[in-house]
Amino acid sequence: MTSNDELNRPISRRRALARLTAGALGTAVAGRGLAESLADVPPRGLGNPLSGNSERSQFVHLSRIPEAAPGVRNVDPSDAINSKTPLDKLVGAITPTDLHYERSHAGVPDLNPAQHRLLIHGEVGNPLVLTLDDLVAMPSVSRIHFIECTGNGWENWKNADETLTVQNTHGLVSTNEWTGVPLRHLIDLVHKQTGSNWMLAEGGDGAGVDRSIPLTDEILDDAFVAYGQNGEPLRPAHGFPMRLIMPGYEGNLHIKWLRRLKFGNQPWMTRWETDRYTQLLKDGKARQFQLRMETNSVITSPSGMMEIRPGYNRITGLAWSGHGKIAKVEVSTDAGLTWATAELNSPPLRKAQTRFQMDWVWSGQPARIVSRATDEKGNVQPDRKTFIDQVGTNALFHYNAQQTWSIDSAGRVRNALA
Amino acid sequence: MLSHSAKGLGILLAVLLAPVTHASDIGRPASPEEVKLWDIDVRPDGAGLPRGRGTVRQGKQLYTVNCEACHGASGEGGIKDRLVGGQGSLVTSKPIKTIGSYWPYATTLFDYIRRAMPYTAPGTLSNDNVYALVAYLLNLNGIVPANATLDQNSLPKVTMPNRDGFVPDSVFRLD
Repeated sequence: MTSNDELNRPISRRRALARLTAGALGTAVAGRGLAESLADVPPRGLGNPLSGNSERSQFVHLSRIPEAAPGVRNVDPSDAINSKTPLDKLVGAITPTDLHYERSHAGVPDLNPAQHRLLIHGEVGNPLVLTLDDLVAMPSVSRIHFIECTGNGWENWKNADETLTVQNTHGLVSTNEWTGVPLRHLIDLVHKQTGSNWMLAEGGDGAGVDRSIPLTDEILDDAFVAYGQNGEPLRPAHGFPMRLIMPGYEGNLHIKWLRRLKFGNQPWMTRWETDRYTQLLKDGKARQFQLRMETNSVITSPSGMMEIRPGYNRITGLAWSGHGKIAKVEVSTDAGLTWATAELNSPPLRKAQTRFQMDWVWSGQPARIVSRATDEKGNVQPDRKTFIDQVGTNALFHYNAQQTWSIDSAGRVRNALA
Repeated sequence: MLSHSAKGLGILLAVLLAPVTHASDIGRPASPEEVKLWDIDVRPDGAGLPRGRGTVRQGKQLYTVNCEACHGASGEGGIKDRLVGGQGSLVTSKPIKTIGSYWPYATTLFDYIRRAMPYTAPGTLSNDNVYALVAYLLNLNGIVPANATLDQNSLPKVTMPNRDGFVPDSVFRLD
């Protein structure tokens, strides 16, 4: 029997239920529920030839979603400014490299490392020009960190489109392992002058995206210039051949295609720290240099546009904080009236996403599920009302309010504000 | 002519003065000439602004050729950002952020246009042309008069309407 014949057979009620419950991963994997009896499982056979690069299974469908602006999807790729990670279809805490979210400001340059240079200069005693080979020859660190676009969550500021998935609402955050040279090492090489407490980092993209970075002790301890991503050279979309990693801070500070570091005694007030990536408050003033990404979490399953059935359901999601490790994630299934502590799937890492899970038996009555993260510094992710009361709805960036998914009596999961 | 001992001393000094960490052998010194080629950033105090000048009238012509397709005939916006107007909108539910309503420093405009515009051909405008475009965009926003000429001395003196609209996070005030 061919798979087409199989698909055309009438679907039994049991099999239909099996499809519905596929829930968490089911949406990433096609063709489940087609082998009711072990007799239906195809016989073993010789597989395909081995290859230089392993591809995903033909039954697995994973893709980012490019956008041209908040909520503007199905766009010509040349108009896209970001591409969101399919959080609803991933497991664990590490994002596959090709699915790491992307935000680029002038396309994706594919730079030849033989012609790429990093200039380090300004208020230093020993300005240097470095190549990729130079960086690779230096002492390195490997760290697992999340990177989050400051615009993550930007579709829920003013109102909720109930058809949004978690990929739409929260797909601008990802976690990878990054390898590179500590900023302190580079600073020592160029003999930075005392009192030179700001660093301009500039990219080699068409926009020459540049940010002024305050050299606090924490940033000096954590920042590094990366050339490795999940064990391989950076992908062009993520800054090949080298990028800045600023653990816990705004995604746009992790300057991609890094080509210049300049030291000075004051910020440069670039377009990206004045016109953009500043948060307009209710009184018309804007917060500036609000660089740290706040304590956050989201339930990735069940989440927007999934369907569940009464009975056992496992709630799972991701939590992260720019302040440090996640200490606790709580889950509510009654819109925040009562909370239960979720299990963390693995030991939390500093400034990295942590997966959480919780068993849940759904009664079949309408429900609202929501998660709330607490980090090791005691910061608690705010509920949406408290957050909006404080910030207003114009900030556009740094949205970290709790995410509520509503579930109706038919088991349909939808985006909701609460 | 140096004696053997003087030569020996020279070699010894060279060894002693050489950087001690092997890592210093990595990379090469940046010469002042090549740094100039890349040192394009501009600060609010005018540091980094190049020589050159441009007028509102010149900027209007340049805008039509280089900017209008994306930003509209008079900066009203199109497929890309609106550049003009919006003053008074920042406290409403639909804030309009433009050069005139939001940008705190005129120097940022020079820096950004020079490094990033036009979108498909960044870095192709001369310094004179960038000064002219800045002059035109500031004039469209009612910030400089129609007969204005901008250069490295006058640009940092331009006060933007939203200059005091920003509150930096205190943790990052390092000065």
